[in-house]
Amino acid sequence: MQDKSENVTDKQVYLNRRLFMRAAALAGTATATTLLYRRLNPRPAEPVKGDKLQEVVQAPQEAAIKQGLAVTDQLTPFDAITNYNNFYEFDTSKQGVAYAAKGFVTRPWAVSVEGLVNKPKVFDIDELLKFPLEQRIYRLRCVEGWSMVIPWVGFPLSKLLEKVEPTSAARYVAFQTLLDPNRMPYQRTGVLDWPYVEGLRLDEAMHPLTIMATGMYDETLPPQDGAPIRLVVPWKYGFKSIKSVVKITLVADEPPTTWNIQAPDEYGFYSNVNPNVPHPRWSQATERRIGEYGRRNTLLFNGYGEQVAHLYQGMDLVKNF
Amino acid sequence: MTNVRFFKTVVFVNALVPLALLVLDLYRKQVGPNPLDVVTKTTGMLTLIFLSLTVAVTPLRKIFGLNSLVKVRRMLGLFAFFYGSLHLLTYISFDRAFNLLSVGPDVVKRPFILAGMTSFLLMLPLAITSTNKMVKRLGGKSWARLHRLVYLAAIAGVVHFWMLVKSDTRLPLTFGFIVLFLLGYRLLVKYMPAPQPDTNSSLFRRD
Repeated sequence: MQDKSENVTDKQVYLNRRLFMRAAALAGTATATTLLYRRLNPRPAEPVKGDKLQEVVQAPQEAAIKQGLAVTDQLTPFDAITNYNNFYEFDTSKQGVAYAAKGFVTRPWAVSVEGLVNKPKVFDIDELLKFPLEQRIYRLRCVEGWSMVIPWVGFPLSKLLEKVEPTSAARYVAFQTLLDPNRMPYQRTGVLDWPYVEGLRLDEAMHPLTIMATGMYDETLPPQDGAPIRLVVPWKYGFKSIKSVVKITLVADEPPTTWNIQAPDEYGFYSNVNPNVPHPRWSQATERRIGEYGRRNTLLFNGYGEQVAHLYQGMDLVKNF
Repeated sequence: MTNVRFFKTVVFVNALVPLALLVLDLYRKQVGPNPLDVVTKTTGMLTLIFLSLTVAVTPLRKIFGLNSLVKVRRMLGLFAFFYGSLHLLTYISFDRAFNLLSVGPDVVKRPFILAGMTSFLLMLPLAITSTNKMVKRLGGKSWARLHRLVYLAAIAGVVHFWMLVKSDTRLPLTFGFIVLFLLGYRLLVKYMPAPQPDTNSSLFRRD
């Protein structure tokens, strides 16, 4: 024991050191893996508080349900609506949009309503927020097979269109989202053909259920849900309800629409919710209501058939998907 | 040998870290509004990652001479199968509500599920024959031939992923390129005449 050279490490020390190194290696790699996982799987973002909207009119419940202005389904929680978004201008991951859209500047903002109209006009957002606001509790069915129930606040699109007086030549309405890659980072990628555009037939646009939403849960819209103003068409798949609108154009012919450009055989111009017409790659017969575990049956026209089926009288819904 | 055991431990622990975090997040309800979506995506992604890692072992060994990697290849493959099983279980339990009879029609209706199921069924015999006993029973050569199915499993897995995304195909394509590169590398080594003079080069060393 005493004649041990100074340079030879004591066996116990050596073993301890090796154990220590191994523990460090294990802890280090596990930490690295954890960080990598967290990076790829972000947790839900902190909720964004909007401004309270004043004087939101609520129709008497019974009448509202009868007219399709409200449903009795349980509301999807605010946190879910604001952390599960398809908004490709910000991110293609549904959980990533809330982060990416944080701090999105929506002032100044104007919506130009133009085209085949007698009185084209650029509306400032504050002017639009002064339209008589109503609450609408709508189902939202995403083409991907999930759904929510959202208490929107907004006004019928018809109220806006009446102000500009569409001419008799106007048969369709085209919508456009803001194009600004500095504010909408994914517009630098080629995942879609920017800017996002959508369209409706004029009678669909004038339908009382079609609204321009400026809020939900009685607050102004959070960025990830289409601030400051978006379209909501409850009987069509969610992607028809274009977000962060800057331009509305009355036109004579069916306008191009983004997802139809992207995959013409998968996303049609009409895109009415229809359990009997499958997406080429998946069935549309059922959906998962966010917050529920099983799947529920998808309803024709998302359950708004009584109000909107007449718009498509005599039309082949398989051909005009 | 103890170094190999430690190396295996490191890989084993790290391979389980994502599962631990996923379970922790589920327990603390920090998985967002659609937990099933997160479980499905995470387990699916992990399957593809481990499939890619498994097929990366041979090229990495040959290019960088990292021969010890082969010691963990079986474990990597089994983790691919493990996460693939969890992925399938999520689908069967929550998407199909344990109604196994509805799986068949669903596979036909949704082609991307067919691709995923193919990938899983290709991994199944590989997992079953992964033990030392089975290697002996099958004989090294035919065992190795059978286990080349892992490439088909990886390709079917990538196709499954690629088919289900709507437009942002960057991630599935990345996996696709990785798998094709790793497969292409093997074909290249197999069919390219070995360079004669530099026998010490580890780049094309055959073993």
